Amino acid sequence: MTLRTPTGGSIDRNTLLHFTFNGRPYTGHPGDTLASALLAHGVHEIGSSVKLGRPRGIVAAGSEDPTSLVQVEAPFSEPMLPATTVELYDGLVARGLAGQGRLSAEPDPARYDAKHEHCDVLVVGAGPAGLMAALTAARSGARVVLVDEQNQAGGALLGVDEYLDDRPSAEWVADVVAELRSTPGVLVLERTTAFGMYQDGFVLALQKRTDHLGFAAPASVARQRVWRIRTKQTVLATGAHERPVAFTDNDRPGIMLASSARTFLHRYGVLPGSRAVVFTTNDSAYCAAIDLAESGVDIALIADARPETPARLATECAARGIEVRAGHVVVGTQGDGRVSGVRIAPLAGTSPDVTVACDTVLVSGGWNPVVSLFSQARGKLRYDAELGAFVPGEELPTVRVAGSATGELDLGACARQGRDAGAQAAAAAGFTPGGQVPLPVSDSRCTARSGLVLWRVPGDDDASFVDLQRDSTVADVLRATGAGLRSLEHVKRYTTIGTAHDQGKTSGMIAAGIVAEELGVELAEQRPTTFRPPFTSVSFAALAGRDRGELHDPVRVTSIHPWHVAHGALFEDVGQWKRPWYYPQEGEDLHTAVLRECKATRESVGMMDGSTLGKIDVQGRDAGKFLDMLYTNMMGTLKVGRIRYGVMCGVDGMVIDDGTVIRIGEERYLVTTTTGNAAKILDWMEEWLQTEWPHLDVHCTSVTEHWATIPLVGPRSRDVLAAVAPSLDVSNEAFEFMTWRDTEVAGVPARVCRISFSGELAYEINVTAWHGIAVWEALMAAGEQYGITPYGTETMHVLRAEKGYPIIGQETDATVTPQDLGMSWAVSKKKPDFIGKRSFARAENNRSDRKQLVGLLPVDPAVLLPEGSQIVETDRLPEPPVRMLGHVTSSYPSAALGRTFALALLRSGHERIGETLYVPVEDSLVPVTVTESVLYDKEGARRDG
Amino acid sequence: MQLIPCPWCGPREEAEFHYGGQAHVAYPGDPSALTDEEWARYVFFRENPSGPFAERWSHNAGCRRWFNAVRDTRTHDLLAVYRVGEPMPEVTA
Repeated sequence: MTLRTPTGGSIDRNTLLHFTFNGRPYTGHPGDTLASALLAHGVHEIGSSVKLGRPRGIVAAGSEDPTSLVQVEAPFSEPMLPATTVELYDGLVARGLAGQGRLSAEPDPARYDAKHEHCDVLVVGAGPAGLMAALTAARSGARVVLVDEQNQAGGALLGVDEYLDDRPSAEWVADVVAELRSTPGVLVLERTTAFGMYQDGFVLALQKRTDHLGFAAPASVARQRVWRIRTKQTVLATGAHERPVAFTDNDRPGIMLASSARTFLHRYGVLPGSRAVVFTTNDSAYCAAIDLAESGVDIALIADARPETPARLATECAARGIEVRAGHVVVGTQGDGRVSGVRIAPLAGTSPDVTVACDTVLVSGGWNPVVSLFSQARGKLRYDAELGAFVPGEELPTVRVAGSATGELDLGACARQGRDAGAQAAAAAGFTPGGQVPLPVSDSRCTARSGLVLWRVPGDDDASFVDLQRDSTVADVLRATGAGLRSLEHVKRYTTIGTAHDQGKTSGMIAAGIVAEELGVELAEQRPTTFRPPFTSVSFAALAGRDRGELHDPVRVTSIHPWHVAHGALFEDVGQWKRPWYYPQEGEDLHTAVLRECKATRESVGMMDGSTLGKIDVQGRDAGKFLDMLYTNMMGTLKVGRIRYGVMCGVDGMVIDDGTVIRIGEERYLVTTTTGNAAKILDWMEEWLQTEWPHLDVHCTSVTEHWATIPLVGPRSRDVLAAVAPSLDVSNEAFEFMTWRDTEVAGVPARVCRISFSGELAYEINVTAWHGIAVWEALMAAGEQYGITPYGTETMHVLRAEKGYPIIGQETDATVTPQDLGMSWAVSKKKPDFIGKRSFARAENNRSDRKQLVGLLPVDPAVLLPEGSQIVETDRLPEPPVRMLGHVTSSYPSAALGRTFALALLRSGHERIGETLYVPVEDSLVPVTVTESVLYDKEGARRDG
Repeated sequence: MQLIPCPWCGPREEAEFHYGGQAHVAYPGDPSALTDEEWARYVFFRENPSGPFAERWSHNAGCRRWFNAVRDTRTHDLLAVYRVGEPMPEVTA
């Protein structure tokens, strides 16, 4: 059966497109949507509803459609697309959905991108009002962007067969668009939906660039683009959506909005069926009825809920033999799947209903202005009782509304509003008017006002659907009001009406109307539900744009990185850095590799890439004074050539970072931070310098990436260094612990620091990043005879933990003081003040039951405590709540100790040393002995080699 | 995305900025002279008005300068921006 008209519509009838729907082959034409092509074959049943499994059809012709959800299967699987928004292409494969789609398991091969655009006037919607606004603004010289969600301009004109200025309206539209496109500084974007409106003229719009090309879409062109538009002025010409009426069994396929049927006829040359009943509350459905009748559809009956039909329309219908029953409504439908008949009865009174056979029902309950973006722009809405809808209720300084989005439904008046809004927007953006755009004269016989506001027809509330996608009925709304809900927001959440992909475009107003009716309140007193972005569904792929995979977040690698990759390192993410985690050899897992790396380092020599360490160059006359305020210990007295470990706290006295401070000159220090805190600490310094102490002469610069930093660690490190730095006296007397020397290493200038994060004799070799790999390889070669072993972050963690050195962010969590860490030695008693000092004197900071850093030795030396485990007092768990004494912060097997060990933050930890406590691990309580945090080489005998 | 008028760079998108809380909370001249309560007020207590609020912002991804702004917390509108060290300007909300 074909329901394609012989002529008409903006489709290319000379080209046949083949597609598959629910496994069956069909044909259509370029210009069709999937919905129009299916309707041309008489297919109304698309899928089924999400909860009740009732058949679902096509209600509207555009993005407001609540029901025609499909999954496009080819060329790429994409869920939850209304068939009314899928442009047909050859080879399309789609399937109707039962309310929910399924995300593709395959990665999307298409590209998505974003583009920034700045303009003076943004016009949303290319219907008559939008086109007038855009052209008027463009003629003033303003930079204009016109976006429209359809594949061609025209808006409501696309769905009618009317003349403007005595010629087909499409010609008028084409002329306007041609002038816009030829005007410099004007950008016209079709297939582009403005989906979000934010502060200061920021609008997001989604452009579907190649979706309609299907298999022919070039891979090099981004499939969709998010336009990030910043505009001075906006004209919203977003039109209006037709509103249905809720009645019993109003959800059958074949029941659609009257104007949408008219759009299918005029835009696509498709008839919705062969015999239709029209149910309306206003004039506009008559135009659909008359146009369809003239195209060969048998209009069985028009049921007009109003007590009287306007005389002009009655005459027009009589002339065409269309029966009109005023004061009548549809009270029910029948059908097996698609509608096959309706029951008609008077709205008032008790007359028995009559059954009328039909395959299509066309409904119009009036019009809802599309106020979504206006509301997002924080514009207040006002209830228009005549229209039965919310309309813009105030003027905004930078956002104007024109056309049927204001509630104005007369074409001439819409065009005038558009022209005025375009002129005002351009003027507000600083432009003087250009040539006046003449208002088009319409031959339209249709009006849409003078309607009756009718939300529902009394009947079976459980089968009277308000939100067809959510399967929410009049009964659900009544349950909500019955439960005491009064706010539309609450009813929305209770019933889920308006929370589907369509955001309640056809259902929200009806729900609001029924609520007001039930509560006996005026809708004008009700606050409408908040409109939120996105106006239509936007895929996460489009929002992500190019920021996927490697581009999702920058990856930072050190200058030595290629060597680590070449030598089989596994990597750990530390902030954005890739750090070597460990270097497994054949057959090794993490534990065996780390035990080997630890053993080699403690017994001979190891080295690691420490380049990610944050480094900040602090210069200026007051650098010492400044660092004395930032660190808990003295830095101003540090001698040039020496190094000091320091701790930084917040004003609350909690540790925020630690590291070494190297005094390079009288007015110059190099500060190191933990890898993950480098940016934060630089910001911290800048904040204090700029906001509290602008009088200090201090300048801070990040030099993290300038240096390759290589800790060379272990009893043999001195021998290795001596071999590559022949001009350096490496003896303990000449090169003391916590001092630094500028020298040459492997023939390049280097700064060598004698610091240790493992307790072993160790040197930290710093060279410019350019020489990183060369120096690394030279050290490897020089250390070969000692079995030099590269190690990663895991071994570093074990070595430092054996010495009880905390890692900020692992042992600490912004509630830990230096004293809690057992680092009172690093807190100056002499300095009059430093950041955090005053907090150390607070009572809270001096409680004896603070959590303190301790070591834990499981009684069974083979048991490894999971990090994060809780610590409890008794060997049997009491009834909850169980008192937690603290938690395990670090836990490793140790080669040096020949057993497992852990660090923990423990309540009154320092007083509990020697006690046995318990750690719940899975189903058992593991006994542990509390020890000091330093477990290896307590005397520090290994430091000097 | 809001535009924030950096007093050094002009209007820039808010993503370039970092929020710094209430402005004009000076570090006490002599913390040791304060009682625990007075010190706690400095460390922990901040205003939370409905209406104009002077607060600190840093143009972190731009010029990296700190500045002050008066923001109407009801609307997010920035009523004034001014440089560190300048007095808070008169605003009308």
